[in-house]
Amino acid sequence: MLTFTLRRLLLAIPTLLLISLVIFLLVDLAPGSPASEIPLTVPPEVRAKILEALGVNEPVHVRYLLWLKQFFWVEPLNGFDAIFGTNYAEGMQRIISYQSRSPVFPLIGERLPQTLTVIGTAYLVGVLIALPIGIYSAYKQYSLFDQFGTMFAMIGFSVPTFFTGTLFIIIFAVGLGWFPTKYDTTLTVTDWESFLKQLRQMAMPVMVLGLANAAAISRYMRSSMLENMGQDYVRTARAKGLDERTVILKHVLRNSLIPVVTVIALGIPSIFGGAIITENLFGVNGIGSALIQAIRGNDLPMVQTLAFIFAILIVMFNLIADLLYGMLDPRIRYD
Amino acid sequence: MTDTNLGVAAPETLRAAVWAQFRKHRGAVFGLVVLGLLILFSILGPLVWAPEKLTVVEALKSKNLGPGMSHPMGTDQLGRDQMQRMMAAGKVSLAVGFVAMIIAVFLGTLIGVLAGYFKRLDGPLMRLTDMFLALPLIPLLLVMVMLFRDKLSRQLGPEMGAFLLIVFAIGVTSWMHAARIVRGEVLALKEREYVLASRSIGATPRRVILRHILPNVVSPVMVAATLGVAEAIITESVLSFLGLGFPPDFPTWGRLLYEGLEYMQMYPERVIFPGLAISLTVLSVNYIGDGLRDALDPRIRGR
Repeated sequence: MLTFTLRRLLLAIPTLLLISLVIFLLVDLAPGSPASEIPLTVPPEVRAKILEALGVNEPVHVRYLLWLKQFFWVEPLNGFDAIFGTNYAEGMQRIISYQSRSPVFPLIGERLPQTLTVIGTAYLVGVLIALPIGIYSAYKQYSLFDQFGTMFAMIGFSVPTFFTGTLFIIIFAVGLGWFPTKYDTTLTVTDWESFLKQLRQMAMPVMVLGLANAAAISRYMRSSMLENMGQDYVRTARAKGLDERTVILKHVLRNSLIPVVTVIALGIPSIFGGAIITENLFGVNGIGSALIQAIRGNDLPMVQTLAFIFAILIVMFNLIADLLYGMLDPRIRYD
Repeated sequence: MTDTNLGVAAPETLRAAVWAQFRKHRGAVFGLVVLGLLILFSILGPLVWAPEKLTVVEALKSKNLGPGMSHPMGTDQLGRDQMQRMMAAGKVSLAVGFVAMIIAVFLGTLIGVLAGYFKRLDGPLMRLTDMFLALPLIPLLLVMVMLFRDKLSRQLGPEMGAFLLIVFAIGVTSWMHAARIVRGEVLALKEREYVLASRSIGATPRRVILRHILPNVVSPVMVAATLGVAEAIITESVLSFLGLGFPPDFPTWGRLLYEGLEYMQMYPERVIFPGLAISLTVLSVNYIGDGLRDALDPRIRGR
């Protein structure tokens, strides 16, 4: 297991390097360069100075290596400094956003908590809805509940989040007036009242994302349960007189959860992608909306950094899913 | 594939058996009907429903109308008939879905067959697939559209440029699942006796692949292709929804929804109709995919 983990970790490095190269080149070689943003009235020698200050004069490979160094060395050092009050990173050039002229990482750090609270809760809600539905649907296959459950899953799986989101806004915010349409980022939870306010404004984005996730996960849960219900060991368990509760919740559920856990882990990075839409719709000031703002404003360093962070998340959770699968399922041994 | 039951009196053709199984799946039949209606609405609709072009004054008078007799889906803020726009948008949305799927399936099958059949290519091609699977797709698509849209529209015209860019971008980033499925199938098929027999009489790899392997991977590819259409339509509408899809005068359902968002509180129907169209298309395509999977699986068929 340890050797497998190490091997996978080592394999992740070239993958990530290649992805970083793709992202860097795609953004860098594209026509919308920072030079085109400078007004034509700026005299040529000033323009050259500006370009030099932005660091876009060097050849491509130098800039790529510099970006890598900044991403993997300078920025973590800065983080270290910020935590421990040291100054190792002093004088090193950081990744600077074109839009705000300040380092990219603190900007992302400011926005990450918003994304994590909304998305984390949404995913949790999704899993908590999905598991019971999947289990009960499989247990009572072809029952009325199962029919409704699978239909609900199919609809939740097919209807895009931006449409459920707008529907929710029309029904619950505009029509019924239960929840605010926009998320108030400046709200800090200090007492009971502000906590309730926070809950109310989180309700819609969480439900939208949660339902979409629940639909996908409950489909997996159901089919995994069905696969296990037909196994011999279930018949044995029933034959030796265990009650249904023990058979389903102990024997079948435990075995069925193995693939579902990996699916849950694999789904985590993709919800960051889905969050881009929800954050834009509800005005949550997270990293998804930061990406859209950066794209609209032609802020190349911000776009590169955010896209690469998304890629790191995907690779990391793929690895975690693989390892979890090996740990949970004794039939799978990687060595 | 029907050659296999030569000699035995075949009670029915394979196609009939698949169709009979497909018809049993209620969701799939529903999907087929709904998707057919949506396609008819988008393609034949404009022939039936063509409101006259309005003059400026008439357009000013008829803007922001609710659904009624003269405009079944109302009009937008410029007095254009919503239903006519929905038809035009549907044509583009569906075309994006199908063309992007064809690109993705072509690439996926090509890479899957090459990786499965030629051992030397397997490693590198599968690493490539893994890498593509790890790319953050929505951010990358957004970046691609933002960076290349203007340049392409200058060269190919705003409509063609945007269409080609989006279709190509979606196709190039969604072939991976098809490739994995095809590779798995080819790896198994390669060891079958009839493939060995064909190779032993000196058939070239090209002939073996075209004649013996490809016809046998058609069914999994078909299922992947159906689901690919749904995925492509959703991706396109996400791009349009974020304002980074097609230009305003070349609507898709996603674009109409994006434009309707501003007027959502006053005229919710402007969001609901395009949203419903997207959702129904995706839902029916997914149901068709489910039905096809059951119908093409010989273990389920005939039970």
